[in-house]
Amino acid sequence: MTSRPHPDPEQGSGHTAEAGADLRLSAVTKRFGEFTAVNALDLVVEQGRFFALLGPSGCGKTTTLRMVAGLEEPTSGTITIAGRDISRLRPYKRPVNTVFQSYALFPHLDIFENVAFGLRRRGISEVRSKVHDMLELVELGGYEKRRPAQLSGGQQQRVALARALINRPQVLLLDEPLGALDLKLRRQMQIELKRIQTEVGITFVHVTHDQEEAMTMADTIAVMNQGVIDQMGSPAELYDNPATTFVSNFLGQSNLVRAAVVATRGDDLVVEAYGCTLAAPGSRARRTEGTVWLGVRPEKVFLARAGAEAAEASGPAGANVLTGGVVSDVSFIGVSTQYLVRMPWGQELTVFEQNSGAHDTFRPGESVDLRWSADHTFLLDADQDAHAGDQSYAELVGTPSA
Amino acid sequence: MSAVQTGAVVGGSLGPHTDRVEPRHKGSRTGYLLLLPGMLWLLLFFAVPTIQLLATSLYDPNGSLESGYAMTWHFGTYLDVLSAYRAPFLRSLGYAVSATVLALVFGYPLAYAIAFKAGRWRNLMLVLVIAPFFTSFLVRTLAWKSILADNGFIVSGLQAVHVLGPDGRLLATSVAVVTGLTYNFLPFMVLPIYASLEKIDLRLVEAGKDLYANGVTSFRKITLPLSMPGVVAGTLLTFIPAAGDYINAQLLGTPQQYMIGNVIDNTFLVQLDYPVAAACSVILMAAIVLMVLVYVRRAGTEDLL
Repeated sequence: MTSRPHPDPEQGSGHTAEAGADLRLSAVTKRFGEFTAVNALDLVVEQGRFFALLGPSGCGKTTTLRMVAGLEEPTSGTITIAGRDISRLRPYKRPVNTVFQSYALFPHLDIFENVAFGLRRRGISEVRSKVHDMLELVELGGYEKRRPAQLSGGQQQRVALARALINRPQVLLLDEPLGALDLKLRRQMQIELKRIQTEVGITFVHVTHDQEEAMTMADTIAVMNQGVIDQMGSPAELYDNPATTFVSNFLGQSNLVRAAVVATRGDDLVVEAYGCTLAAPGSRARRTEGTVWLGVRPEKVFLARAGAEAAEASGPAGANVLTGGVVSDVSFIGVSTQYLVRMPWGQELTVFEQNSGAHDTFRPGESVDLRWSADHTFLLDADQDAHAGDQSYAELVGTPSA
Repeated sequence: MSAVQTGAVVGGSLGPHTDRVEPRHKGSRTGYLLLLPGMLWLLLFFAVPTIQLLATSLYDPNGSLESGYAMTWHFGTYLDVLSAYRAPFLRSLGYAVSATVLALVFGYPLAYAIAFKAGRWRNLMLVLVIAPFFTSFLVRTLAWKSILADNGFIVSGLQAVHVLGPDGRLLATSVAVVTGLTYNFLPFMVLPIYASLEKIDLRLVEAGKDLYANGVTSFRKITLPLSMPGVVAGTLLTFIPAAGDYINAQLLGTPQQYMIGNVIDNTFLVQLDYPVAAACSVILMAAIVLMVLVYVRRAGTEDLL
C-alpha cells in the first residue's frame, strides 16, 4: 500500500487484484442530539463493487455516506479504507469523492474548470488531457466552455460524475445521483453509470431510495431501515429471500399472511393459515416455530377457478393453495394484469398474472383459489409489522413508512 | 371563448399564429404602462436637472445671481476648475478609495460572520448593523468628533503606547476624515456582501472540500468568487457617496482636508458661483461614472449581477 492517498490509475488495476482497498465501517454510530441516525453500523464494501445503500428517507443512508465523505463526523466507530483509518480525517484529505444529489456544480466556473477542480487542488499535471478524456468518457466532449446553468439536468449529472471520477478516488460516493432526473433519463443514466463503473473499476457506493434503481445497477444492496442494515446481498437474494417484512415490502411487493408452524416434513415446514395447510422450504424460514408471516411475491401466484383440480388449473404441481378468495379488483397494465383478491378473513392479496394468453382471466366477483409453488414461500418473524416498508400503505394511512 | 377557438381552428395555420402573438403584445403594453410613473419621475427630477446642471456649468462665469447668467458655452470653466481645485478632487478620490478599502476589510469578515457563524444571533446582528441609521448622519459624525478629540480616550491611549507623539492628534487630520467616512458607509458595504454570502449554497463549499480544497482554498476558489456581486455592490455603494461627501471633512477635518463636496458646497452656497459649482459637480459625476465602468468591467461580475 502506498502512502499517497491516490494511486495512479495505472497502479489502480494492481490494487483491484489485491482486493485490499475495501471500505469498512465498524460499529459506526451517529447521533444528532437525542436522535440516532445511524446505529452501530457494520459494513464491508469490497473493492470494485457497485454497492447500493437502499432505504426510505430518514433511514440514515445519506448520513452514512456523509460520514464516509468526511462531511459528518461519527459519534463513535471507525471507517477504514484499505486498512487506513479515515474516520477523523478532513474531507479534503480522504481518498473518496462524492457525486452530490443536487450536483453542487460550481456556477462561477465553466465545465472544464469544474472537472479540473480536484486535479488543480492537488497540483496534478496534464490537466487538459485528463479533463478531455474524462469528458469523453461521460460523452460531454466539446462542452468545456459552457457554464453549468447552460446544461440540461442529465448533462449536469454527468459533469458531477466526471468531476468526482477524474480524481480516481478509491471509493466514489453517489448521493441519490439520479433523483432529479425524469424517468426516461433516469433509466438511461442507470445503464450509463453501470457502464462507467465497469470501465473504471472504482468502488461505487450509491445511496438511493429507489429500489428499482438499486436492483438495476448494484451488484450488492444493503437495505437500511431506522439506522441499521436489515439485510445485505445480491438483488436476487434480497428479492427472493427477504429477511424482514421491511425488506419484503420495500423491495417489490409481498403478500404476508398470518400463519402458524405446525410440523416439520423433511426440509420443509408445514404451516397452517386460516384453515389451509401449506408448505415452505426450511431454508427460507426466518422463524421455524410458532406464529409467522407467510409470504409470497404477487407474480409467483396463479389464480384458478374455485374448486378446480390442480391438474386442470394452470398453477404448478406440489402447490400451496389458499381457497375461498373473491376477485375484488382487476387492473390491466399491458404486460400483466393485477388482481386484488379478498380472502374470507378480510385481507386483500395481490396477484400479478402475465398477459401471455395462457391463463384464464377473471372478473370482479368471481370466486378463485390462489396457487403457488411451495418453493416460492418464505416465512418471517410475526412480531414484525406486516406493513413495514410498504410505501403505498404508508401513503394510504398517512404515516411514514420508516 | 370556445367560439373564438373554433374560429382559430377553422382559420388553419393563422390560428396558432394569432394565438401566440396576442398575449405577447398585451404583455409589452402592460410593461410600458408600469414603467411610465418611474420614467416620468426620472425625467422630471433627474434628466431635466442634469441638463440644467450641464447648462449652468457652461454659463458666462462673469455673470452673477443678481445680474443673471448668459449661456456662452464657456468650456473654459472646466479647465479653471480643474487647475484651481485639483487638490480637493484628488483628495476626494483618495479618501473615498481608502474608506472603501477599509470598509471592505472590516465589512467582509463581519458579513461573513453574520451569514455563516452567527446562528440564532443573525437577525440581532443585522439589526445592530442597521441601528446607526436610527440617528442622523450629522449627529453620528459629531459623535466621532468627541471620540477623536485631543483629550478623548483614543488619543490619550495612542499617546500612552507612543503611536502618537505627545502633541499628536487625530481630529483635523486625514485619518479622522477617512475614519468617519469608513464608519458612516460601513453598513452599505456589509449588507450587500451579507446578502450575496447568504445566498451561497453551502453544498458548494462541501463539494469543494470533497475535491481537496482546504478551508482557505475553498474560500478563495468558491465563497469569495460567489460573493463578488455583493462586494461590487458594496464597494460602489460606499465609494460613490463617499467621493461626494462633505460632512466628514467639514466636521472631522480642516480646510486642508476639504474634499470636492466642500468646494461645491462653498462655491454654491457661499460664493454663489454657480458655473464653477456646476462644473465641479459634472466633473465629479463623470469621474465616478468612468471609474465605476472600469471597475465593473474589471471585476467581471456582469453575468453574476
